[in-house]
Amino acid sequence: MAKYSFKDALYRVKNPDNINKYKAWGIRIIAFFLGLLVSGIFASITLKTNPFTFYGTMITGVFGSGDQFMRYLRDTAILLGIAIAIVPAFKMRFWNLGANGQVLMGALASAFIAFYLRSKVSPAIQIILMIVSSMLVGAIWAVIPAIFKAFLKTNESLFTLMMNYIAVGIVEYFIMVWFPGSGSYIYAVSKELVKMPNIGGNVYILPILVVALLTAFMYLYLRFSKHGYEIAVVGQSENTARYIGTGVKKVMIRTLILSGLICGLMGFLICGSAGFQINSDIVEGQGFTAIIVTWLANFNPLVMIFTSLLLTFFTFGSGYTGSFYGLTTTAIADITIGIIFFFIIGSEFFINKMNMRMMKVGAYNIDKGGKK
Amino acid sequence: MEETVALELENLSKHFGKIQANKNVSMSLKHGEILAILGENGSGKTTLMNMISGIYAPDEGKIYIEGNEATIRSPQDAFKYKIGMIHQHFKLINVFTASQNIILGLKENTVNMNKINLKVKTIADKYGFNIDPTKKIYDMSVSEKQTVEIIKVLYRGAEILILDEPTAVLTPQEIEKLFAVLKKMREDGKSIIIITHKLNEVMAISDEVAVLRKGEYIGTVKTSETTTEELTEMMVGRKVELNIVRSTPVNPDDRLEIKNLSYKNKDGIKVLKDINFTARGGEILGIAGIAGSGQKELLEAIAGLRNLSEGDIIFHNPKKDKPVTLYHKTLKRVKELASEGAFHYEGGLQVDFTGLSNDQIKKLVNDGKIIFNEDEIIDLRNKTPFEIRELGVRLSFVPEDRLGMGLVGNMDIVDNMMLRSYRKGNSVFLDRKKPSKLADDIIEQLEVVTPNSHTEVRKLSGGNVQKVLVGREISSAPKVLMVAYPVRGLDVNSSYLIYNLLDEQKKNGSAIIFVGEDLDILIGLCDRIAVMSAGSIIGIVDGRTAKKEEIGMMMTQVKHEEATEAING
Amino acid sequence: MWITFLTGAVDIGIALLLGCLGETITEKSGHLNLGIPGIMSVGALGGCLGASLYIDWFGNNVVGLFLILFCILMCILFSVLMGLIYCVLAVTLRSNQNITGLMLTTFGCGLTDFAMNTPNFINSSNVSDASKYFINWLPFKDSLQGLASLFFGRGVLVYLAIALAIVAGFVIKRTRIGLNLRAVGENPATADAAGISVTAYRYIATCIGSAIAGIGGFYYIIENSSGGVGNYTNIPNIGWLSIALVIFTMWKPILSIFGSFIFGALYKLPTSISGFGVILSMPQMKIFGLLPYVMTIIVLIIISALDSKENQPPASLGLNYFREER
Repeated sequence: MAKYSFKDALYRVKNPDNINKYKAWGIRIIAFFLGLLVSGIFASITLKTNPFTFYGTMITGVFGSGDQFMRYLRDTAILLGIAIAIVPAFKMRFWNLGANGQVLMGALASAFIAFYLRSKVSPAIQIILMIVSSMLVGAIWAVIPAIFKAFLKTNESLFTLMMNYIAVGIVEYFIMVWFPGSGSYIYAVSKELVKMPNIGGNVYILPILVVALLTAFMYLYLRFSKHGYEIAVVGQSENTARYIGTGVKKVMIRTLILSGLICGLMGFLICGSAGFQINSDIVEGQGFTAIIVTWLANFNPLVMIFTSLLLTFFTFGSGYTGSFYGLTTTAIADITIGIIFFFIIGSEFFINKMNMRMMKVGAYNIDKGGKK
Repeated sequence: MEETVALELENLSKHFGKIQANKNVSMSLKHGEILAILGENGSGKTTLMNMISGIYAPDEGKIYIEGNEATIRSPQDAFKYKIGMIHQHFKLINVFTASQNIILGLKENTVNMNKINLKVKTIADKYGFNIDPTKKIYDMSVSEKQTVEIIKVLYRGAEILILDEPTAVLTPQEIEKLFAVLKKMREDGKSIIIITHKLNEVMAISDEVAVLRKGEYIGTVKTSETTTEELTEMMVGRKVELNIVRSTPVNPDDRLEIKNLSYKNKDGIKVLKDINFTARGGEILGIAGIAGSGQKELLEAIAGLRNLSEGDIIFHNPKKDKPVTLYHKTLKRVKELASEGAFHYEGGLQVDFTGLSNDQIKKLVNDGKIIFNEDEIIDLRNKTPFEIRELGVRLSFVPEDRLGMGLVGNMDIVDNMMLRSYRKGNSVFLDRKKPSKLADDIIEQLEVVTPNSHTEVRKLSGGNVQKVLVGREISSAPKVLMVAYPVRGLDVNSSYLIYNLLDEQKKNGSAIIFVGEDLDILIGLCDRIAVMSAGSIIGIVDGRTAKKEEIGMMMTQVKHEEATEAING
Repeated sequence: MWITFLTGAVDIGIALLLGCLGETITEKSGHLNLGIPGIMSVGALGGCLGASLYIDWFGNNVVGLFLILFCILMCILFSVLMGLIYCVLAVTLRSNQNITGLMLTTFGCGLTDFAMNTPNFINSSNVSDASKYFINWLPFKDSLQGLASLFFGRGVLVYLAIALAIVAGFVIKRTRIGLNLRAVGENPATADAAGISVTAYRYIATCIGSAIAGIGGFYYIIENSSGGVGNYTNIPNIGWLSIALVIFTMWKPILSIFGSFIFGALYKLPTSISGFGVILSMPQMKIFGLLPYVMTIIVLIIISALDSKENQPPASLGLNYFREER
């Protein structure tokens, strides 16, 4: 190939591929603003305000103070971390709806170690044990449906969904065993005994740092590693995987183990960052939200940073909005997210349609004439 | 019965993109006759029938039914005109019973299925079908499913029935039964069109034969007044002179020996029956045959994608007196071979690695000191593609399904380049440098039209997709190269480029197995041609002396005794 | 004791039955609607709003039948709107069914949560007043005892649910509409070729399914919780359990009647078992509570392991249909 030249540069600009990409982002942004508008109107009517004040309070909620902003980043990190965990599975077209359960089981494993080993081993060893056991348990929870999918073709989305509820039950079981006679399900397991390392004097830094590393790792893993390549091939075409002799079952099981390991680690972080508490609602359904993060970013870990920042902006911001308007729940976040993402999900249709048209018109179908 | 016209076609034309599927086809079908439509693959038979049954709308031309012009835009329209088509791929719902499938889409009262079952049974009895209306489709054999499809159109009152290659999936006994049924329908005054390319069947069942070739209508003859020779000539045409380069093989040696190979598919049907042949290095071995005669299964079996029920695939690696390399063999394999006594040193001394460390062995091998005694003989039976590669066998395969198997449509050209080779090396990371270079080379040398090597393959046109695939497969300097329908959907220029590439590989000493459909090309390009029919090899002919008609006859021939059985009933 | 236990099982089972029935009808058309928990919540919201408004308007002059009809109508209206959102996205705009469903659940639960916490939007005492009309719709209810009470003394929606299940079972299995619906869910291309409108069937089945599931959510508040509006937070759990029940009953409405009672019994067992002289600790109760999910997974594994042609999910479940270009 010739050296990069002005002609190439010109071609890059005119390349229909790139034009399409710009247009696709244009459509998504329009859809996003339409969604903002509609949910803004909804909020205006129900809260008797106007969209600007409504979104304004959200922005204040997120950027109002340094501490708020750090907490916002921490929340983003947790969501992004779970999304990072599930992205290899989704790239392989394995519908893992069970991240909630996998994370929760990871958190439980941490709590388990904290509860039984508190004051028996040194804090450092305890933390290491917690990390290891969380990851292990998360992986076990994820690999069970994968094994059945690989060998019996058992429907993985329904299987993983059910596993979530079993995880919830198991967590509630342990809470009752540990703290009998209480009515509520929220308990600090080992609050005083082990402290998470404070980095730079800030408890929020650790999860942010870990997830940043994970994101970089996952980007490299999917983009540059042989495993990542196999995941892409299996996800795109099992027939091709067969053609090159890549074991589909092996890849599936290995990938879900990885997915579960990271879910488990996130469980540890959630359990740890919430002051060593455990309860059955500690994951807050972020396993589902993470799917949206992943899907909107088209399975690209770097883009997922932005989609998770965006989603968390609404959940976090509307927590503040809620108290501003005297609401007792953060439901307004769910509604806003719902409306906005209906628009974005729907907009994909127009993007696909545009791509189809481009292919039909035959932007590339120039068989004759040799090189351009 | 009086000879009146039921259906008439006038100058029907249809094209898909640049490909002209039908061009000015005119023909007619009389009441109470069986008209066979004969033509090779891709001659436009099915497209023509799809226009009559409302799947496609014609670009030009008119259809007359009972003398009146008809506009048919959907299968429902076709039923209004009492036309029913039985497609090659059945449109049935597996969990439904025969009756439920038959009445699907009709305004029948389904609460009382007994009534419907009875009506189905009546129709079946009338024409001599054997069917249980309450049987589920998933429990049915192919022939039973076909029966359901035929009754489905009869139930809707079809007077004109179109059957698209109905015998392709049937056993000789089932074909016999089907023909008996068709004859009964003819007696009942129904008009029947049967699409086929099997001459013996045409002779056995039809009243008239209409022949299509490359989308054009050639003519109609009365079956009683024609011969299989005449029909073959009409179907394949006179030999066309093609300027395909065919070099003379230089010292061909046996490369791939297929011995008594048999294969059963997952329904337990024997798709390959006792196949024997040898592909030689420096030769192109053509495989001719009607689509679905087992070509795909044969190539996939050799490539390690299917588990054989019997037989062996023996690979002769021409290694005698050549040094072993760690490029093609793993160190483990070299040690294995050494313990089997496969090597000698330059002086002739037998190689014995006992007592040597891995590093020492590596050094010896890398210095070219370890030399094969004999050609290496490897049985590839039931080895996965990966294992075949690990054994150091350079076997390349360009499958028929380019974007579904050979390439990944959503990946760019570079990533597709490493499908075969990505595992190389001990690093956990991919090496994209070499594939990237290879992609650029292929784009350059094969003149692939693409913005750059990072374009997704699915966005390329058919010819360019094929160039990318063939380019990758020949890049490993294969000892055996299998290609299936490599020029399907390609224009003339791209096709010739592929032919030349194959001839070049042949000159490099590859054994090439070429599955093709165009007999002119096979005769022009191949050194020998094996003709397949119904999962068997009927014979192997010399590509330089073979006549098209001869191959055509062999292709349409079921094994001798089966053919006579089918014809004599 | 048995009677109390069985009554409890049936009462909670009916909420599951309605959710399961709605999802079964939807899945028969090829839609895996994971928005059911959201739809059930919004259905409950609609019904409660109806009850609240009706009693506000008519105060002391409430006609039971009209109240019931109005509430159901509101409930259906709200649920169908949710179903329509799903259809527009998944059918017309061909978006991914899993994503759309999950988003719908987020939205629906959020909307319900928001509305229920908005002051003066729903008058909860009105709802609990209205619930009496639903529960005591039969004048002779109070005179019934024991088994008679179990069979003939239930609220109006209980009978409606069982009737709906029987009708749905009949329609799906025996009628032309059911045949067409199953064809659309099994093999939309074949159905399309036979002249059946895939789009129409998917829209209508999903909307009817949503309406029924929505009634399930409303039932949970108005009858099972005697109008206790605050119980809406438990509806998503009922919704997910309903989706499990669809698998457990292998997409068969008639089976789902019995399946829902089994699930209902398992749901109630931990708290009722002490009445039978078995004293369970709280943690043991929790483990019992897992049984429905474990059983669902076992059923899921068994049907995939048997790989029998019968009792499988609709073949094109979760897949959107694109007609091939002609």
